[in-house]
Amino acid sequence: MELRNDLEMTQDLKDTAEYVVRRAKAKGASEADTFIREDENFEVTVRMGEVETLKESVSRGLRLRIFAGKRTATSQTSDISPSVLDALVDETVEMAHLTSEDESGGLPETTARASDLPDLQLVDTSWNDFTPEQRIDWARRAEAAAMKVDSRITNSEGGAFSYERSRTVLANTRGFLSEYEGTGGYVISTPVARSPEGMQRDYWVSVARFRSELESPESVGQRAADRTLRRLGARKVRTCEVPVIFDPLTARTIINHVFQACAGDAVYRRSSFLIDQIGMKVAASDLTIVDNARLIRGLGSSPFDDEGVPTQTTPIIENGILQNYLHSSYTARKLKARPTGNGTRTGAGSISVGPTNFYLMAGTTSPEDMIASVKSGLYVFELIGHGVNAVTGDYSRGAVGIWIENGKLSFPVQEVTIAGNLRQMLNDIEVVGNDPAFLGPVSAPTMKVSNMVISGE
Amino acid sequence: MESNKSIFFENYGVTTQDLQSYLDAALERGGDYADIYFERKINYSIVLEEQIIKTATKAVNVGVGIRVLSGEKTGYAYSDDLDQKHILKAARTAAFIASSASEGGRIGIEAHSVNENSLYSIQLLSTDIGIQQKIALLKEADQAARAFDPRISQVQASYVDETKHVLIVSSSGRCVWDVQPLVRINVSCIAEENGKRQSGYQGGGGRRSLDIFTDDLSAGAIARESARQAVLQLNAIDAPAGPMEVVLGNGWPGILLHEAIGHGLEADFNRKQTSAFSGLIGQTVASELCTVVDDGTIPFRRGSLNIDDEGNPTRRTVLIEKGVLQGYLQDHLSSRLMNAPVTGNGRRQGYDNIPIPRMTNTFMMAGESAPEDIIRSVKRGLYAVHFGGGQVDITSGKFVFSASEAYLIEDGRITAPVKGATLIGDGPTVLREVTMVGSDLKLDQGVGICGKEGQTVPVSVGLPTIKIREMTVGGTEK
Repeated sequence: MELRNDLEMTQDLKDTAEYVVRRAKAKGASEADTFIREDENFEVTVRMGEVETLKESVSRGLRLRIFAGKRTATSQTSDISPSVLDALVDETVEMAHLTSEDESGGLPETTARASDLPDLQLVDTSWNDFTPEQRIDWARRAEAAAMKVDSRITNSEGGAFSYERSRTVLANTRGFLSEYEGTGGYVISTPVARSPEGMQRDYWVSVARFRSELESPESVGQRAADRTLRRLGARKVRTCEVPVIFDPLTARTIINHVFQACAGDAVYRRSSFLIDQIGMKVAASDLTIVDNARLIRGLGSSPFDDEGVPTQTTPIIENGILQNYLHSSYTARKLKARPTGNGTRTGAGSISVGPTNFYLMAGTTSPEDMIASVKSGLYVFELIGHGVNAVTGDYSRGAVGIWIENGKLSFPVQEVTIAGNLRQMLNDIEVVGNDPAFLGPVSAPTMKVSNMVISGE
Repeated sequence: MESNKSIFFENYGVTTQDLQSYLDAALERGGDYADIYFERKINYSIVLEEQIIKTATKAVNVGVGIRVLSGEKTGYAYSDDLDQKHILKAARTAAFIASSASEGGRIGIEAHSVNENSLYSIQLLSTDIGIQQKIALLKEADQAARAFDPRISQVQASYVDETKHVLIVSSSGRCVWDVQPLVRINVSCIAEENGKRQSGYQGGGGRRSLDIFTDDLSAGAIARESARQAVLQLNAIDAPAGPMEVVLGNGWPGILLHEAIGHGLEADFNRKQTSAFSGLIGQTVASELCTVVDDGTIPFRRGSLNIDDEGNPTRRTVLIEKGVLQGYLQDHLSSRLMNAPVTGNGRRQGYDNIPIPRMTNTFMMAGESAPEDIIRSVKRGLYAVHFGGGQVDITSGKFVFSASEAYLIEDGRITAPVKGATLIGDGPTVLREVTMVGSDLKLDQGVGICGKEGQTVPVSVGLPTIKIREMTVGGTEK
């Protein structure tokens, strides 16, 4: 086993990846690919001015996919010592002979070439100069900034800072071998406020790949405090049917339901409320949603997907018309479409469809003007619960927000639900805000849905 | 006891001397307490879809997490490499949290296994059984669902198992280990008729081997239940909106307790005074018909454990007795800071996570009413028997849970099935509205997954049929 000796000497992840797919082939796999990720993490929480938790680690994980003709098996391990890897490769090859033939199985026909890989600016090396003391200080400042805003802020779940650097290596038996790295950090503050009516908490978080793009801890703390204070004294409202305005944090959850409905695996399983509707009007006529993997410094950006397919920008909804679903190589074969570079390696090693930077394009109206346009309605900034049926689009979730009366924010509201159907809601998105907010891979500006049922008293 | 050695000693060559040196390193900056959590978890999962076995997966996760406590501070580091160099480095990283110069005294480690009176069945571990038998279960499920009704158009069945070895060593001298099995089958179906589509879902399992999948928990029974729900929903009418009387069926609707009160009684939130239940011990938070317990000691249940993830034995903890709040769910850190007994509720997702207070099996004790009488007593209300999931805001106390199978009750009779709807309420007050409690306590079939601070752990819930005087139902029919 000369290969093994090489591996032990270098312990380089690329060598490990190549070794694993070669061994798979030697053991009888017709094709294979492997995905290795190495993560370096630092996480600190400060509560009431004192460090509460400090967590640091470097971890690795290898995921393997084996094809035996049209049959598939996968595996995953956190232990990449040679003896464990050898046994796992062998067992995965054996398992692949026991699953069923699947016509759509196999590696992608096309993978990214070196010339296809743009510099997406995923790594910020300035994090290296950010000492542990500075990181702890940022967590401390984010909490302190919130605590001093108002005397009603009496408690806190803390301020936190987190940093991650990751390296992704991908290799397959057709000779693909490439890697990329990424960095990211966030600052969060979660204050608790008290009034005679009870306690409330909320948070604000700033997340970015580049340190220079993070909001200052003071700004995060201030916004967290404002968001928490405005909830004090919240109450129910009467059951009614009114317009609902979603802030960017809640609007993105609705856009995430659109992503789930457009994911190729939900489409071929017919468990999506948007199946069989390409080319049809599914949303308000000025609504545009894209999945753009090549956003510079984007939180969901990558040069190729987890199967090695080059990433791209895919229009999802243009002016209200459904344009495309998103695909891995498998769902593309099943649905006779082209892969869109959305193959995502699940925890267990198989491939599903994931978003890159999936977002609703900003409009021209300010959130303030949107609120001013409502006679009576609800401005929502938190949604809880799982009341969304992906198959039918039926929608019913708990909501927290502020009642709008005659175009003005009036009083805070809680313990109500908002309900409707996602198909109707997409058509009822009357206005989209001019405040794009990239808070994660799926994002949206403020948006207004013309009519939903609020259930309360 | 010696015959029952942990794999970390047998296969990974860990010695008592090593453990001692790791604890010494962890306490070298003067922390008050340190513990080490070794974990090896093997999983197999298999997916059937479109009547074929799409994929089979094996996962191996091995690692060690080291925690150092110093007052209220926690330092944590982990390694997925079990060699001495890496573990010592993790121990020193975790030690960074403490800063006094004092030296931790030497610790005597006593070894105990806890499998003596195991709550699980580990004679034949599911992860040692070939995948053909597991594939057969999925085929049984697929056939049963399709045979149930011709309107079933899609069946997705999955099998997942797990064998987790843990070894927990602490600076208090504890050294315990356990072998924790877990199996589960999930079946989701889609029914189609005249252009309408609906879905159904059912799962089941527990801490046993494949022999758990018989009777009500057979793969076929789970699949038929999933198919039944999908077909039923084809004719469901819009759910009502507004406050009304609600009857919850027995079993899985116990998710109400998990969200409304369980999370709010986890000690960390109460120690920090961020829970809506903070300071309410000894006060009436429920009608006197309600006694609610968390019990991690029920054999074979999904939420059961011989020891929690800090090495403490699990136990039965009464949370509410005849309406009065009794106590919290404690882990090591909170119990020490609150000067309260540990309750064996310190749990973690894996070696890469800090343990925090979590529920095990949470349920309400049976009452005296016949379930039929409860239905009969309602003039107009909602009868909810199956739920998707729930969520709670610990601080405001507001919680939701989403019905996936519910019916209208009209004049004491169950009538039309209604579409899914979210129910919303206030944790510290909702149980005061409980006016009848049934005699039919049942635990769920073994499907609960609880998420908190990014960590998921398996749990169970249970409930007898109960009547709640008023809850807000979040449908669309005003």
